[in-house]
Amino acid sequence: MDVYTGADGTVIAPPALALRGVTKRFGEIAALNAASLIVKPSTVHALLGENGAGKTTLMRVAYGLTQPDGGVIERNGQRVRWRTPGVAIAHGIAMVQQHFSLVPAMTVAENVALGGHGMLDLRAIAERVKRVAERYGLAVDPDARVGDLSVAQQQRVEIVKALARDASLLILDEPTAVLAPSETEELLARLRAFAREGNAVVLITHKLRDALQAADDITVLRRGATALEVRAGRATPDDLVAAMLGARVVPPVRTTGAAPGAAVLSLSRVTVRDARSVDVLRDVSVSVRAGELVGVAGLEGSGHQELLRVLAGRRVPSAGTRVGPARVGFVPEDRHRDALLLDESLIANVALSGLAERRGRMPWKQLETDTLAIIRDFDVTAAGPSAPARSLSGGNQQRFVLGRELLNRPPALVCENPARGLDAAAAARIFDRLREARDAGCAVVFHSGDVDELIAYADRIIVCHRGSAREVERTANAIARALVGAEG
Amino acid sequence: MRAGPPLVIATGALATLVALFAVTGAAPLNALSVLWRGSLGSWYALTSGTLLRATPLMLAGLATAVAFRAGVMNIGVEGQLLAGATLAGALALTAPGLGLALLPLGLAAGVAGGALWSALPAVLKRRAGVLEAVTTLMLNAVALYLVGWLVRGPLQEPAHVYPQTAQIVSAARLPILVSGTRLHAGFAIALLLVLAAWWVFTYTSAGFQLRAVGANPRAARLTGGVNPDRVAFAAFLVSGGLAGLAGASEMQGVTYGLYESLSPGYGYTAIAVALLARLDPRAIVPSAVFFAALETGANALQRDAAVPAVVVKVVEALMILTTLAIGALQQRRARDRSGS
Repeated sequence: MDVYTGADGTVIAPPALALRGVTKRFGEIAALNAASLIVKPSTVHALLGENGAGKTTLMRVAYGLTQPDGGVIERNGQRVRWRTPGVAIAHGIAMVQQHFSLVPAMTVAENVALGGHGMLDLRAIAERVKRVAERYGLAVDPDARVGDLSVAQQQRVEIVKALARDASLLILDEPTAVLAPSETEELLARLRAFAREGNAVVLITHKLRDALQAADDITVLRRGATALEVRAGRATPDDLVAAMLGARVVPPVRTTGAAPGAAVLSLSRVTVRDARSVDVLRDVSVSVRAGELVGVAGLEGSGHQELLRVLAGRRVPSAGTRVGPARVGFVPEDRHRDALLLDESLIANVALSGLAERRGRMPWKQLETDTLAIIRDFDVTAAGPSAPARSLSGGNQQRFVLGRELLNRPPALVCENPARGLDAAAAARIFDRLREARDAGCAVVFHSGDVDELIAYADRIIVCHRGSAREVERTANAIARALVGAEG
Repeated sequence: MRAGPPLVIATGALATLVALFAVTGAAPLNALSVLWRGSLGSWYALTSGTLLRATPLMLAGLATAVAFRAGVMNIGVEGQLLAGATLAGALALTAPGLGLALLPLGLAAGVAGGALWSALPAVLKRRAGVLEAVTTLMLNAVALYLVGWLVRGPLQEPAHVYPQTAQIVSAARLPILVSGTRLHAGFAIALLLVLAAWWVFTYTSAGFQLRAVGANPRAARLTGGVNPDRVAFAAFLVSGGLAGLAGASEMQGVTYGLYESLSPGYGYTAIAVALLARLDPRAIVPSAVFFAALETGANALQRDAAVPAVVVKVVEALMILTTLAIGALQQRRARDRSGS
């Protein structure tokens, strides 16, 4: 075991968990690129980052769900290697996933008993649940049916489940996403109390407020690498946003190819209400003109996703009106899930776009010609037009989808994070295509989690915050302030 | 819902069958020869046995494939088949005066009956998200008991002795396709429909929409602008209609009347037929003939080689499991390769 000594030579405790130089690639996309995270004992540690920054992948590595390609994991100063989560659990690590893994039809005690070994003694487990719950102030009835509990209560069950197995390092993935403000405060207070007893907590979050309020230390990930490590007391929201979005270099202002034309897409007083009847987008009016490249910024849950989907005509607003052309090209963020038929040929995937408008026979000959043109014009590396979409690498799928959506020059194009996960050169190629489309008169809207990208490529920038949207100056400072809701 | 390499599975099934012969104490080679003679080895066995039986299997297998291709788990082809036969039979028995018009009208009634029987689970799925695998399976039992009640009650033959209906008038019967055999025009209809379905799947927008919805409903909606619920609903009704046609064709071509054991489980064998064909309409023809040969031969086995006919059912079940397992493995391997 390494001996950790303080500046004055006294022996201090090693980190509860240390991840150093962790790398993980999925195909050509680097999810983690030498990321590190040092969690000191008796602390709450917040892990911040935009969607896709690698937070969850890093914690999956820490929990043994994902095997890293490189890097070192240390637990209490000892170098370890988890082959499965079971080994990590045996070392006192527990993870509460964003989507709970509870059996609704079973009681709390039965859920805690799941995954145990040997004899099943429900009464002993119920006792244990009660003890743990009392000790940490997590009110949970061991005999309640999980299906009858509220989301906040189910989350408490997940935490109790972890603690009942003697976890001393608790990893929580976006625990406050499902909670009301008062519930959030209570949970964070409980977690702090738990950490103070010689344990440790890692809070994966994108909420600056949670991190600043509850954590002792903050680590910010950006594009799979550690961008900032700071004590919570010394961090400001602006610092954190800058680290999350990488607004350090301000590239030169770019000018539009031609003067923009008439409005192509416009929303007037649009409101989108989600299934919980929360207004995720409130009374928003924006318009995008022909020959214009508009960038949309917004932290997770700010309403930017709904804004893009309404603009694209993929989501019907609860109130307000949208005016737009019949055909809008759309590149969703999750290509596998929302844009491709993975086991079908590229030709079939070209045919998928705008399929609802097709009548009668499929023009397969024409579609094959189109597919060949996309492969050629968008540098798609594929065995041929009949290759299944699955056989393409991530970057090629991305270019293919963009090429398909730009086929036959749609009057408008909406892209969710078009360069997500790509390296700078590949991203630049994608944005060059968006510019070409703009210069040809297309009204282009894109979302990016990267301020550099927004400033470098967008003609105008709209920032979403808590369901409202406003246009801001094309500067890193203005964007960063608008993202956290600061005025001006 | 993709299946494994069909020829390997079919060969494996025959090998398993031989092993089961040995277990039941029959001489494997003798049993195989009985199986061959009873299914494909003579003109009569081929036409009046295997191909006759392949007719409802082709239609019901197609019904299953249409549903599965659209992502609809219609396990109720058996019940829809019975509903189709019942409506066709009821029409022919209550309006014998329609004469030759009964032939097409009966088949149409079969389609309507099957589609109606699938409409209830289809509406429940679309409106309330009720799992169709459960509702369709349960409606199979309801259909069976409904036929049982009809042939003992309102539709029972005039003498009120046997649990069956009277015979339908000869005008309503499907003509014999090959003289000297029992093979009727339903076989040709089934062949035509299988080809038509292949053409629709391959060359038309409607067929491609159905495939896209089955492959990835989210992408069909977000990228294609297609309403996946509506497409799945339509596929559900078409599937039921095809199953109903299988019932009408069996009633108007073979049994000429209704009784409870009208279908020896065609709707269930149809699942194996569709899966072995990898849900490809063209492959449904050989797949249906293969299963029809097995089941026809099974009767000969029981009669001439004292091998219980259920060994064929065992092999069929094993084939479904193998097909599904191989399909799942292939899919997982493909996912691993693409790293997602």
